Amino acid sequence: MTNLLEIRDLHKRYGTVEVLKGVDCSMRQGEVISIIGSSGSGKTTMLRCINMLEEFQGGTISIDGQEIGYETAGGARRRKPEREIARQRALTGMAFQQFNLFPHMTAAGNVMLGLIKVKKMSRDQARALAEKWLDRVGLLSRIDHYPGQLSGGQQQRVAIARAIAMNPKLMLFDEVTSALDPELVNEVLQVIKALAEDGMSMLIVTHEMRFAYEVSSRVIFMNQGRIGEEGNPREMFLKPKTERLAEFLKTSTFN
Amino acid sequence: MTYSLNFAAVWRSFDLLLQGLALSLGLAIVAILAGCVIGLITAFALVSKSILLRKPAGLYVTIIRNTPILVLVLFSYFALPQLGIRLGKIESFVMTLAIYSGAYLAEVFRGGLIAVPPGQREAGLAIGLTEMQIRTSIIIPLMLRNVLPSLGSTMISLFKDTSLAAAIAVPELTFEARKINVETFRVIETWIVASCLYVATCSLLAALMRAVERRLAVPR
Repeated sequence: MTNLLEIRDLHKRYGTVEVLKGVDCSMRQGEVISIIGSSGSGKTTMLRCINMLEEFQGGTISIDGQEIGYETAGGARRRKPEREIARQRALTGMAFQQFNLFPHMTAAGNVMLGLIKVKKMSRDQARALAEKWLDRVGLLSRIDHYPGQLSGGQQQRVAIARAIAMNPKLMLFDEVTSALDPELVNEVLQVIKALAEDGMSMLIVTHEMRFAYEVSSRVIFMNQGRIGEEGNPREMFLKPKTERLAEFLKTSTFN
Repeated sequence: MTYSLNFAAVWRSFDLLLQGLALSLGLAIVAILAGCVIGLITAFALVSKSILLRKPAGLYVTIIRNTPILVLVLFSYFALPQLGIRLGKIESFVMTLAIYSGAYLAEVFRGGLIAVPPGQREAGLAIGLTEMQIRTSIIIPLMLRNVLPSLGSTMISLFKDTSLAAAIAVPELTFEARKINVETFRVIETWIVASCLYVATCSLLAALMRAVERRLAVPR
């Protein structure tokens, strides 16, 4: 059986600065992996390579056996055609630190856009799915509100519904609570937890250590562009093997 | 002051002024619509990553914006025929105003484009939209909302620039007013009435743009 996600020797440079220096990672269907590490360690960059929001210069990423973003023909590595990359991006869903809801569309409109334009659904079908998923994140009553009329936590829940409604094989969460007021963090984490319980495969970049500890089946610690340590959350947080992780955990709040 | 106002002669020719105004509006509408298309394409070229798109677009904007429109109008009508491009007065003027509007609107649109946060494009990409779908469903609608206030004043400017068509005898409002002025010698009255027609039309245009702005405003 092929892994859901297979990352092999991933290298990424910004100009001359190498931010990913050979990352290997595989993930099975239904796994929930948290990626922790200090800022600049490459965790967000790694996530953004998976849906080609970032180009990468070396290595391969495959989802369900399908190579993402690039193809190698006759020894030459080429970027796949944009249409193909767009189709591959729909294999994953992503929630962003800054929510990035479309401000000129209602909550329903935000969820429906991809369903109509990418999944080619009718408006009625798309609306029905928007209702279903906005209900699941507890925002059915806000379905016709615009992002500007919602709190940060509500906006992030709409953004998660927008991603999930596309029925992705893998959800990518990029520090989704970092821009939220502390009292709004929990409502978003609850939504992610519920998705984990439904068996959704998820990669979660987070600074919420307690959350990572509770929700993850595995934790990856990124350090200077490489995987510094990985394992189950209990071992990682309570008995870190490397000094770097121990140090990192000391400086982060585990509450 | 020995001049005594008498509008009677102007009222007798008022039809002509209204016909002139109608033509002014017609010229402006066609030229600005074409200018919007040119401006939008140019604006995307100006913010493009490719230098092959950016450079020619920048050159077009620089040349057109730094040449007085009257010079462009005269060039199109008198110089282009020498180069074998022969257009009627109206066609020549509309083309010139369209190209001129395109350069101004390109700068307006470019400002609106760079004000759209990059996260909007990324969110579109993340759900599998193509770049073109992102442009039509997300970037352009947001850009338009950003630029509506300055778009209104640019359009009013461009509408007033139709008066320069008088220089090549296109029978728009200013041309008709000059004709009436010469025929009736009612100098002050003629130009007061013509000015009032411009002011009224521009005010209507401004009100229309404000209504569009209100209609498209994002609720918060």
